[in-house]
Amino acid sequence: GRILCQIHFILLFSRQGKLRLQKWYTTLPDKEKKKIIREIVQIILSRNQRTSSFVDWKDLKLVYKRYASLYFCCAIEDQDNELLTLEVVHRYVELLDRYFGNVCELDIIFNFEKAYFILDEFIIGGEVQETSKKTAVKAIEDSDMLQETVEEYMNKPAF
Amino acid sequence: MALKMVKGSIDRMFDKNLQDLVRGIRNHKEDEAKYISQCIDEIKQELKQDNIAVKANAVCKLTYLQMLGYDISWAAFNIIEVMSASKFTFKRIGYLAASQCFHEGTDVIMLTTNQIRKDLSSPNQYDTGVALTGLSCFVTPDLARDLANDIMTLMSHTKPYIRKKAVLIMYKVFLKYPESLRPAFPRLKEKLEDPDPGVQSAAVNVICELARRNPKNYLSLAPLFFKLMTSSTNNWVLIKIIKLFGALTPLEPRLGKKLIEPLTNLIHSTEILTGICASVSVLISLSSGMPNHSASIQLCVQKLRILIEDSDQNLKYLGLLAMSKILKTHPKSVQSHKDLILQCLDDKDESIRLRALDLLYGMVSKKNLMEIVKKLMIHVDKAEGTTYRDELLTKIIDICSQSNYQYITNFEWYISILVELTRLEGTRHGHLIAAQMLDVAIRVKAIRKFAVSQMAMLLDNAHLIASNTQRNGICEVLYAAAWICGEFSEHLEEANQTLEAMLRPKVTTLPGHIQAVYVQNMVKLYASILQQKEQAGEKEAAQEITQLMIERLPQFVQSADLEVQERASCILQLIKYIQKLQVKEVPVAEEVIALFAGELNPVAPKAQKKVPVPEGLDLDAWINEPPSDSESEDEKPKTIFHEEEQRHTRHRQPEIDEEELARRREARKQEQANNPFYIKSSPSPQKRYQDTPGVEHIPVVQIDLSVPLKVPGMPMSDQYVKLEEERRHKQKLEKDKKKKKQKKEKRGKHHRHNSLHTESEEDIAPAHHVDIITEEMPENALPSDEDDKDPNDPYKALDIDLDKPLADSEKLPVQRHRNVETLKSPDSELPLEEKKSKKPKKKEKKHKDKERDKGKKKEKEKKVVEEEEEEEKKKSSKHKKKKHKKEKEEKSKDKKKSKKKSHHSEEEPPASVQNGTLEDEPLPPMSSYRLLAENPYIKMTYDIQGNLQNDSKVTVSVIFENKSTSFLKSMELNVLDSLNTKMLRPEGSSVHDGIPVPFQLPPGISNEAQFVFTLQSIVMAQKLKGTLSFIVKNDEGSTHEKLDFKLHFSCASYLITTPCYSDAFAKLLESGDLHMSSIKVDGISISFQHLLAKICFHHHFSVVERVDSCASMYSRSIQGHHVCLLVKKGENSVSIDGKCNDSTLLSNLLDEMKETLSKC
Repeated sequence: GRILCQIHFILLFSRQGKLRLQKWYTTLPDKEKKKIIREIVQIILSRNQRTSSFVDWKDLKLVYKRYASLYFCCAIEDQDNELLTLEVVHRYVELLDRYFGNVCELDIIFNFEKAYFILDEFIIGGEVQETSKKTAVKAIEDSDMLQETVEEYMNKPAF
Repeated sequence: MALKMVKGSIDRMFDKNLQDLVRGIRNHKEDEAKYISQCIDEIKQELKQDNIAVKANAVCKLTYLQMLGYDISWAAFNIIEVMSASKFTFKRIGYLAASQCFHEGTDVIMLTTNQIRKDLSSPNQYDTGVALTGLSCFVTPDLARDLANDIMTLMSHTKPYIRKKAVLIMYKVFLKYPESLRPAFPRLKEKLEDPDPGVQSAAVNVICELARRNPKNYLSLAPLFFKLMTSSTNNWVLIKIIKLFGALTPLEPRLGKKLIEPLTNLIHSTEILTGICASVSVLISLSSGMPNHSASIQLCVQKLRILIEDSDQNLKYLGLLAMSKILKTHPKSVQSHKDLILQCLDDKDESIRLRALDLLYGMVSKKNLMEIVKKLMIHVDKAEGTTYRDELLTKIIDICSQSNYQYITNFEWYISILVELTRLEGTRHGHLIAAQMLDVAIRVKAIRKFAVSQMAMLLDNAHLIASNTQRNGICEVLYAAAWICGEFSEHLEEANQTLEAMLRPKVTTLPGHIQAVYVQNMVKLYASILQQKEQAGEKEAAQEITQLMIERLPQFVQSADLEVQERASCILQLIKYIQKLQVKEVPVAEEVIALFAGELNPVAPKAQKKVPVPEGLDLDAWINEPPSDSESEDEKPKTIFHEEEQRHTRHRQPEIDEEELARRREARKQEQANNPFYIKSSPSPQKRYQDTPGVEHIPVVQIDLSVPLKVPGMPMSDQYVKLEEERRHKQKLEKDKKKKKQKKEKRGKHHRHNSLHTESEEDIAPAHHVDIITEEMPENALPSDEDDKDPNDPYKALDIDLDKPLADSEKLPVQRHRNVETLKSPDSELPLEEKKSKKPKKKEKKHKDKERDKGKKKEKEKKVVEEEEEEEKKKSSKHKKKKHKKEKEEKSKDKKKSKKKSHHSEEEPPASVQNGTLEDEPLPPMSSYRLLAENPYIKMTYDIQGNLQNDSKVTVSVIFENKSTSFLKSMELNVLDSLNTKMLRPEGSSVHDGIPVPFQLPPGISNEAQFVFTLQSIVMAQKLKGTLSFIVKNDEGSTHEKLDFKLHFSCASYLITTPCYSDAFAKLLESGDLHMSSIKVDGISISFQHLLAKICFHHHFSVVERVDSCASMYSRSIQGHHVCLLVKKGENSVSIDGKCNDSTLLSNLLDEMKETLSKC
């Protein structure tokens, strides 16, 4: 059986349809994941700019928003609150922004593991775990400190 | 400097780091796949090295490649290696990789259990955090079982960072290992009041998710959540709680009453749209049970209208979504916004258009169906893109056909709409239209003549439909047209012409299955023409038609489609034979007609499933004993004949005498009569359906054939809209006349009104007579649809009673020897024995420090560990005590419950919420519904609610419960009004008219109805005599029954729980405008807490302040009287001093309270 949760998955992809991040809170076989990603990226990219941020998709709802060249997309269950999910997306962008300082797509491409770590501090198992921006960023920075003492080069990209 | 050196040396170790890989991929856009396969080869080499840093780097790169879609499952073991690294840097990468690519099928996952356990108990909170995060992604049932106890322990970790994560992961653990829910629940509940807001919100999250799936197990938490809701400042938490209440209120209506106010306030005050949406959705679900709150619904609709009118597409979308929720319970409030919703059909955004369509589906009524469909038809014409147009088409059909064509008043109109829809090019839904045509023609007998004429027209114009070459879905309608014309050929006026149309050569280009239906039905047509001609004595004409068939049929005999060919050649032979007989002047029509005699009735799709298993029939039992397992497959063929023979002899029936045969025949007849699948010869189907509920209320009117069949230049359905308007207008005029007449002859017989409102839907009588034949169902079919539930629902396993005390067997599996190790830092190598006692360990540590001389940081860490350890121990012992206490409490609670239950088994479960007055003590179950009257058929309980907005009205909610095994219908409630108190009746009805209860009651079902009463003075209690009349219907027939009752309006029912602050309360008492009175009741044994709860609950007060055994309470009447109480509890008594603007009201209220308390 497939386990359901509030947010089923989060996808980040570019305007060209390139996947930049995928986080699954449901267990699915890889094949299926790929199929879903392809389908959803296509659905969202084909949508008009001036449409709502919500799409009914199978038994789920897709909530997405475009920030600069990146689309952030969450799949939630039918009873879940769309606006709250938009806020979740926005909060994640804010966290990225605070961590990277004026985040851009390249930051996420080159530090994709950091993007995951930040996401993991914010959402766990599909549930929002930290509503305070400060606490979330602090947790990341503290754990970064742990590795910075040893290998600083991994944190601060040289490009 | 030093850093640079380190960096340089590490750089050399890696061939490529992640950034290099990313850059490389970006630089190899043309041959990306090749480049990546190169990189993967490199990574494989790196993974073979012993250096963990190199491995981690490799795994990090793999994780990136995994995101790009490359399979990295082959590296699962390396990932585990990196997870096990002692350095956080690597561990973090390992866990990230694992969480991205591990799933239940990953076989090495079971190797991780011990590693994860070690990380969970690491002194470094980030190790623990990273393990928890990873676990949330790949927890399996095995991992959940093995680690449940560890995670549960972490819920009480000293660091909120860990507690928060542990609480959230617990939800995943519950899903994978449901047995952990009960043992972990008490601690989870504790976390609702965690000092850290993050942990608190995590706990709220988890419990909300749990409760949303199985709300009834969480009802007892309602008071706690209510407190959280009123105190929380965190919007995220607030929204979660509101959502939770949305799940709880359907089970506990009283909760809803409590919630209305805070939610309404929230909607009023909040600027956060999310909050509005969440509150609206809960309010909607609340109000479904309480029609009294139309004001709050009105508020919701207003707010939603603003959202829908907003230029922001998101708000528009959500507004529509929420509207559709309101629609389910309060269709009237939404229907007035029809125009707004129709406007949304023009929106650029397809998802908004689709939402609007959904809404329209629910908004239709008899009154507006035609109008809405007309608008939709316009959109069909305008629509660009087949997807949306097809969506519109299906919606039109859905809207019209919903609830058994409930809203269609004119079926000719509907047929015309269907015919108009056939003009759609390139639709995929031809079969849908066809199905509707068939369904309507079969089930609405009165429409057959019209339907046949329209279908004949379609057949005649088949070339228009069939020529539409692109994705020729629409030609499916010809299937329906051919069948309808054939089956109901007696209604055809120009049968010859239709037959000819069906025999055109062009027909052979249609799909095979349609041709097959053509062939079959042209014979039906032929048969009826034949009969017609023979009866008219036109022998020549009869022979001509036969000749025509013989000439044209061969084109079908040549068909490549097997079925067409088979039917055609069979029929051709038949007709050739008929021709021979005709030549001999033998009349044949009767016999040909006999081929198609009999009528088909529709059978409900679920009928087969609903056939009840006859008593005594065990479907699981073997009919024949199963062959024994010892028999091998090879031996079977040899014995098969022999065995069969044996069986024959064994089952041979004994000789039966004549009498026995007769008896059996009788029994079989009986059975056939009860068997829905046995086609009976004589009784007309009409008769059988008469008893089915829901059919007889459809009035029978003669068909109005004044409608022309075709109006040139105008779509036909539009004509119907016009005609219908005229008809309704006429009807209304007539009705008004009648009404006037009625008023004149007031003394005449009581006229029963169909509804409360003059402009209601029921007023519109259908234009024709809609004898929809209900689909056949077996007798005794179950009304419920249990089979629709999904047995694979993962939440089903979590439907667990959480209030039952824990049994020993339920404790979570604990790995004993690990427990000692739990708090050990991973790299300390102390032998186990040293951990046993505290003192030697400390010494040992000092000793060790000298020896090893590690960095200061390490020592600090250890100290932390020590402290944590001590604290942990204290905590756990505390916790144990607490647990004991709780268990005891729960037991006593259980006892109380069972005692109570023996008295009033029908009382509702506990959880009453009173302005946060509930503390630790559990309350006995209370219900505000009092018995109104009861007889063997029906039981009525009632509750009276006032409304602050209206000082002269109260609503009486009556729950009707059908106690019998019969069907109760036509319930009508009437009371004898007093001068002061009157039942609100629809305009124009007299005081002798009762009010119909708006539902019928199947056996064992209960439902609630509301009746509004107006009153002048509220200072005295009132009793009104009344009667409920109803019809009891069962197999033996129906009887008219009555039940008398006395409706008691206590003074308390005019009070409305209103919170009051202590300073305002003090001012009120000082003002001196209030009259005073007091009572004293002896022999009170219940606790003060319960006593207050009772006053709050039954008399609608709220506690202002409570000090020891003394409390001040406040309430307000619907007419604005302030009522203040001072309640003091003595040894065995209680005294109440009251102050109120009106002395009569006060003394009456106190008397009522005295009565309540004397029962305690």
